[in-house]
Amino acid sequence: MRLADTLRFARDAATGYPMRTTLSVLAMSIGVAAVVILTALGDGARRYVVGQFSSLGTNLIIVLPGRSGTGGFNPANAITSTPRDLTIDDAGSLRRLPGTRRVAPLAVGTSEINYGGKLREVMVAGSTAEFIPIRNFEIAQGQGLPEEDWNRGSSVAVIGAKIREEMFGANQAIGQLVRVGDRRLRIVGVLKSTGQGLGMNTDELVIVPVSLAQAMFNSNTLFRIMIEANSRDAIPSTKERVMETLKQRHRGEEDVTVITQDAVLATFDKLLGALTLAVAGIAAISLAVAGILVMNVMLVAVTQRTGEIGLLKALGATSRTIRLAFLAEAAMLSAVGALVGYLLGQLGAFALRQFFPVFPAYPPDWAVIAGLTTALATGLIFGVMPARRAARLDPVQALMKH
Amino acid sequence: MALIELSGIERRFLLGDTTVHALAGLNLQIDAGEYVAVMGPSGSGKSTLLNLLGLLDRPNEGTYKLEGRDVTTLSPDEQATVRSTRIGFVFQSFHLVPRLTAAENIALPMTLAGIPAVERNKRVAQALKDFGLENRADHKPDQLSGGQRQRVAIARATIMQPALILADEPTGNLDRHTGEEVVNLLEALNAKGVTLIVVTHDQGMGARARRQLVMEDGRLKADSRAASISNLAEISG
Repeated sequence: MRLADTLRFARDAATGYPMRTTLSVLAMSIGVAAVVILTALGDGARRYVVGQFSSLGTNLIIVLPGRSGTGGFNPANAITSTPRDLTIDDAGSLRRLPGTRRVAPLAVGTSEINYGGKLREVMVAGSTAEFIPIRNFEIAQGQGLPEEDWNRGSSVAVIGAKIREEMFGANQAIGQLVRVGDRRLRIVGVLKSTGQGLGMNTDELVIVPVSLAQAMFNSNTLFRIMIEANSRDAIPSTKERVMETLKQRHRGEEDVTVITQDAVLATFDKLLGALTLAVAGIAAISLAVAGILVMNVMLVAVTQRTGEIGLLKALGATSRTIRLAFLAEAAMLSAVGALVGYLLGQLGAFALRQFFPVFPAYPPDWAVIAGLTTALATGLIFGVMPARRAARLDPVQALMKH
Repeated sequence: MALIELSGIERRFLLGDTTVHALAGLNLQIDAGEYVAVMGPSGSGKSTLLNLLGLLDRPNEGTYKLEGRDVTTLSPDEQATVRSTRIGFVFQSFHLVPRLTAAENIALPMTLAGIPAVERNKRVAQALKDFGLENRADHKPDQLSGGQRQRVAIARATIMQPALILADEPTGNLDRHTGEEVVNLLEALNAKGVTLIVVTHDQGMGARARRQLVMEDGRLKADSRAASISNLAEISG
């Protein structure tokens, strides 16, 4: 039988039993749609996290006090178990390094803000003028912290959008004096509202000069030092130099941890990529189930059409012709199912994006291709057995069943 | 040369513990262009003989020569090719494919044989005309009367221009009048030189054939051709 005739014959056979055909197409399409939607979710999560990390700032290098070393227990670590604190001077020494564009020390703590009888607990970040550009924050009103000697902080503060709204309402906030902890500070700027991000929530943040914050919390240590490298390529060399400088300053001890945004990003990327793969694997199980259903449907088809198979044999059809006709039908069921499932999946992903605009739920190409090919392959593989059974039928027995 | 030559044919079926001899020691010659009626009670082996002649079944013993060629030893696919090109079947219950139109049903053997669509359409158009089915071409079998269905089936059986037509109770599901029409059609084909073998219960129809075979318990009880030569009295008595 010619290929076109085989395909037409299979199509007519499939459409001749609408219920059976609809069910198996439905099963296959649910399988493929599951792969598409679940991987869209997984990959969307990956993109979301990566996007959030990127919004922390560009070309960021972060210095943490203490050595969160790898390599397990080491006698040297045991002796020098108390790490030296990070200080403002440590941060200052990094400003002159080649490859660094900006450096901002960061000290954090919680305190209370008080204005006009209203009291509220706030997160206080002590830093410098460069903190805001490094973290890609934006100023809505006024200006950022003044450029000044890091050790002599003036009594000013930049407040988050939510604090401004709660403390001042409709009134002008810039220029007002507020009490933060035991200090009276003048508000010089208000941050633009950013909403909840992966980093700290800037809407409820009060930014003050770093030395002021240290005095407020009665401590000399820094929580972090943030460094912005000149370019992406400069990150590794800058990281090395930062490490080296701090080691020298700390009497040759490597008691700080330097992480780069790239490394964190890569880790998350890998982690969430693996998650997507796992989810795709789970969804693939439903494809296998759909394949078994196609087999079941084809076996029913062989039983239902036993008389027809006998007739075809009497009319001179070879086993091969019959095998191909049934295989083509199975392939058609799974192909249509795969196509419908692909469309359903894309529709589902589209709906997800409509409901959660921040969540980039796009199915990755590899998942779509793998899903479609798995669907077709399972359909074909599970179609082989029924097709062989059909081809092997004894024509005399088959004709009697008509 | 004989078209069909059966010698020492045995066909046994195992029914539970007992072996049933559907055909036993059958020797038979049918020449090209003959019109043969096979008669006998149910279970006498008529259908088994027809299936065997149509290469749908294999004998346990003996040889079957079709056009001088031993076809019992052919592979299933070679037998399929012989069925496709040399043999046409007409069944009691028509055996049309319900989802295909009359024209598609008639074209089915050509489709299976891989004949191009252009050639198929030409031959189907001619067949529709020959069998008076021109305005029924696009009808599905369930939209056709019994007589029309059997005409479609006969058109299908002849579309590959076979040498042999095997008809199993072709009028069994038809009323007297349409049955008569169908028999006339088959006889017209026979008149054009196609060998026609009809299995029937109908004495009247059997009598119209030029040669009658009577089967009983898997054996040839009577053969009118042999009888005409030797002992005619045996079948009449």
